[in-house]
Amino acid sequence: MKEIYAKFVSQKISKTRWRPVPSGSLQTAETFTTGSWDNEKNYVSLWSIGDFGHVDSDGGMDGDHQLLCESKHHGDVMDLQFLDQERIVAASSTGSVTVFLHHQNNQTLSVSHQWTTAHYHTGPGSPSYSSAPCTGVVCNNPEIVTVGEDGRINLFSADHKESVRTIDNADSSTLHAVTFLRTPEILTVNSIGQLKIWDFRQPGNEPSQILSLTGDRVPLHCVDRHPNQQHIVATGGQDGMLSIWDVRLGTMPVSLLKAHEAEMWEVHFHPSNPDHLFTCSEDGSLWHWDSSTDVPEKSSLFHQGGRNSPLLAHSISNQAAAHPSLLTSWLSADPAKDRMEITSLLPTKTLSVNSLDVLGSCLVCGTDAEAIYVTRQLFS
Amino acid sequence: MEDLDGEPAVTLIPEVNSTKKQLCFDWGPGEMLTCETSFNKKAKPEAEPTCPYIYILRKDMDVHSPILRKLFNESHGIFVGLQRLEEELSGRPRKAQLVRVSKNYRSVIRACMEEMHQAATAAKDPASSSQLSSQVSILSAVELIWNLCEILFIEVAPAGPLLLHLLDWVQLHMCEVDNLSADVLGNENPSKHDKFWNLVTVLVLQGRLDEARQMLSKEADANPGSAAMCRVLGDLMKTMPILSPGNTQTLTELELKWQHWHEECERYLQDGTFAPSPHLSLLCQILLGNEAVILEQKELLGTWYHLMVTQLLYSHPTVKPTELHIYAQSSLDLFLGGESSPEPLDNILMAAFEFDIHQVIKECSIALSNWWFVAHLTDLLDHCQLLQSHSLYFGSNMREFILLEYASGLFAHHSLWQLGVDYFDHCPESGRVSLELHIERVPLNTEQKALKVLRVCEQRGMTEQVRSICKILAMNAVRNNRLGSALSWSIRAKDAAFATLVSDRFLRDYCERGCFSDLDLIDNLGPAMMLSDRLTFLGKYREFHRLYGEKRFVAGASLLLSLMTSQIAPRSFWMTLLTDALPLLEQKQVIFSAEQTYELMRCLEDLTEGRPTCSEPDGLGPQADDVETTKVEMLRLALARNLARAIIKEGSLEGS
Repeated sequence: MKEIYAKFVSQKISKTRWRPVPSGSLQTAETFTTGSWDNEKNYVSLWSIGDFGHVDSDGGMDGDHQLLCESKHHGDVMDLQFLDQERIVAASSTGSVTVFLHHQNNQTLSVSHQWTTAHYHTGPGSPSYSSAPCTGVVCNNPEIVTVGEDGRINLFSADHKESVRTIDNADSSTLHAVTFLRTPEILTVNSIGQLKIWDFRQPGNEPSQILSLTGDRVPLHCVDRHPNQQHIVATGGQDGMLSIWDVRLGTMPVSLLKAHEAEMWEVHFHPSNPDHLFTCSEDGSLWHWDSSTDVPEKSSLFHQGGRNSPLLAHSISNQAAAHPSLLTSWLSADPAKDRMEITSLLPTKTLSVNSLDVLGSCLVCGTDAEAIYVTRQLFS
Repeated sequence: MEDLDGEPAVTLIPEVNSTKKQLCFDWGPGEMLTCETSFNKKAKPEAEPTCPYIYILRKDMDVHSPILRKLFNESHGIFVGLQRLEEELSGRPRKAQLVRVSKNYRSVIRACMEEMHQAATAAKDPASSSQLSSQVSILSAVELIWNLCEILFIEVAPAGPLLLHLLDWVQLHMCEVDNLSADVLGNENPSKHDKFWNLVTVLVLQGRLDEARQMLSKEADANPGSAAMCRVLGDLMKTMPILSPGNTQTLTELELKWQHWHEECERYLQDGTFAPSPHLSLLCQILLGNEAVILEQKELLGTWYHLMVTQLLYSHPTVKPTELHIYAQSSLDLFLGGESSPEPLDNILMAAFEFDIHQVIKECSIALSNWWFVAHLTDLLDHCQLLQSHSLYFGSNMREFILLEYASGLFAHHSLWQLGVDYFDHCPESGRVSLELHIERVPLNTEQKALKVLRVCEQRGMTEQVRSICKILAMNAVRNNRLGSALSWSIRAKDAAFATLVSDRFLRDYCERGCFSDLDLIDNLGPAMMLSDRLTFLGKYREFHRLYGEKRFVAGASLLLSLMTSQIAPRSFWMTLLTDALPLLEQKQVIFSAEQTYELMRCLEDLTEGRPTCSEPDGLGPQADDVETTKVEMLRLALARNLARAIIKEGSLEGS
């Protein structure tokens, strides 16, 4: 993490997401999208870090990311996900869910579909209609699942006007985030510290399982599922704690790790190197958690691969996934031993880091100090 | 920069009726001047009294410029870093650090200026282009002032190095010469370019003698007749003694050498070496510091402070900081020549040369439409311990007063309020109070934003504000019928009264519907249940239902009874509780012991005793009354039967 580029963009960034790389391709990350919040006019923007093939003399690339295109967004961008290579789903504080289409030939961003009243307190059509912010969205093309402050869960299909499934009053408190577990199961986290697993095959509005931290009811703000092991999830809470859960085992987290000093806004496993985890927080810090360091015997090949070339690391970690002894680094992580290697990625603490995303060796994050940070040498 | 002495512009405000005593102005937040109007009154004459339309006369436009937002955000980071620096290095020599901070501020200004300049050239309509250009010139003036303040107040350069810094300062801000140089050198025959001698003169005026010599050698190549003269002048330029940063020579040595060099120049001029070429002769006279000759180059100099620095370079290279203002004043007088009066920028620079920091800050505050510059400069100078003696009659010191103004301006902006928080934090006297007043007024449109505001308050222990924000959120949730959310918020605020209110809503809903909503929350209250009696009751009552559902009747029964005997349950709810006891009384096995049954009976009697048997005033009608009476009858019967069974059971157990 030697070089990190900052760019001030004159809007508070609420979300940053890499465009997924087509599976099986050797491309590296080069385009990401951002959403802004708390501005008079909010935007969904697309940025490129690629400099269109130019590599300067010393082999490095010019670090500055350039704006490709942007589109106005009604309300704060609460969450943002790529549906596929071209389509972006944005959740709005006005309760609407919008699908933006990126036209790559002329670099424009247009609204391709919108569910205007996805989340609401008082129904559309009634005179006292009041919308509720949509707080989270997760995509698994063509399925889009949204959650909101109204405690509602919507399942949309990208091609259908009406929602496929709606669970009203799914939660008595605010749902903060959602992720897919095993299709068709989803997992939500709420503001009273609970994880709920929902199975869309089951009728009714009861979750199939509830997990929670006992006692404190600390709100959970984010959740991410281990990319290879679908039963492991990581959550981040209001007190900045990182919890690792095995949804198969009981209702308690497997480990609780003291992390940030304030709300943890996002947690992400590295998609191809899941021993690495990234978290960001309201306290203005961005952390890299490396759990691979506490198992010395597996390190040599794996680490060199990771250091020298991201591609090699990728292929090796796939092998690792097939090897049971390497599977459990997160579950066995013992906080008492504290052998997890944690690095802070931002040079100075700023205002809240609201969002981050990792892909390959690239990381992007956005802050309330109106800066976007990008690095391309995560493992160097 | 605004002109102070200009005629005030007349602004026509539509729809103002001054005869109705309605015309009133007020300063709103963030440099905003507002005025009430009678707009929209005619459109809806029958409408209920509404908020009058307010006309915004003037507002701080700077804060809304997207490019300046970068300046605000980036400098916020530097500001916070500077305050931290203060904590880290108390006592140690800090000059180098402070100079670095000052340079960081300036580089942010420069970056912003460059971007603004690009935007101005790219802008399509002339209005916005000229607006951006004027912003560029303001920023460039700001940077000029900052740089001078850095040299004089932060760097505190002594005689000798002082002049080198001033030269850098002039060179940095008179950058037209670079364009000119590129233009001339781009020509295939530079010395024939019609601006060639202009360029050489400017280079000499700015003290860039190496470059000037290169130019002269070009002239020598192109014009063999003057080659000898050029060589002599070039040698003079080369031998001019200057203080180099790494050199250890003393000022006296330098002065001595300089004196020699000066005499040598004089000699060449006197013996007519340069007589054939008026250009070279002019250059030599500049090297000699001839005031009249230098002043003739007014066009090339452009500004009085350039004149001053050139004059100092060739006449008083070892000028002391304390003497600066004398030269500054005379240069200004010479330059203006009594034809025009000094502009605000001139006054500010002059005040700086006079080392009158407070005058600099005062003039800047008047001339600039935004507090950004003054706030950051004042803070930095305060860290240099230059402002301590000065306290103002309105309570706080100057640094704090200006920072408060700037931070309030940030709070007036839709999105920049988060930056303002850190500025308030570093105002020891009234920062906290101001923050308390401002933070409560941040509109909360999503819970996410509310959480951020709450975090700000909680970190600073502002319990009153935390409670008020949570209450707002809880009220919103109740209004939206989100009882679970409302309860969560009132628990977070530790607001017992509101928790009681929400618990009552839950219980009412239960009585109406016969089932609980939001079980996920109520089942997981934990210690939070203790917040209010009603909430405790709600949690315990739900626990009873769970026990009943799990068929743990004995535990359930004693819990139910204790709810009444311990007076946690509200009286109005006792009948429901007793009704809940009915199925337990009717179970095959005996659940309530004899003693418990007596307690239940007492509760029932307490309840029925208080209320009149025929209750007309409650208006429920005879039917409801009948139901109630039947219920009581049934309960009495069930209690009596249970008592009988319990006595038999307890007796027989003892007997066996």
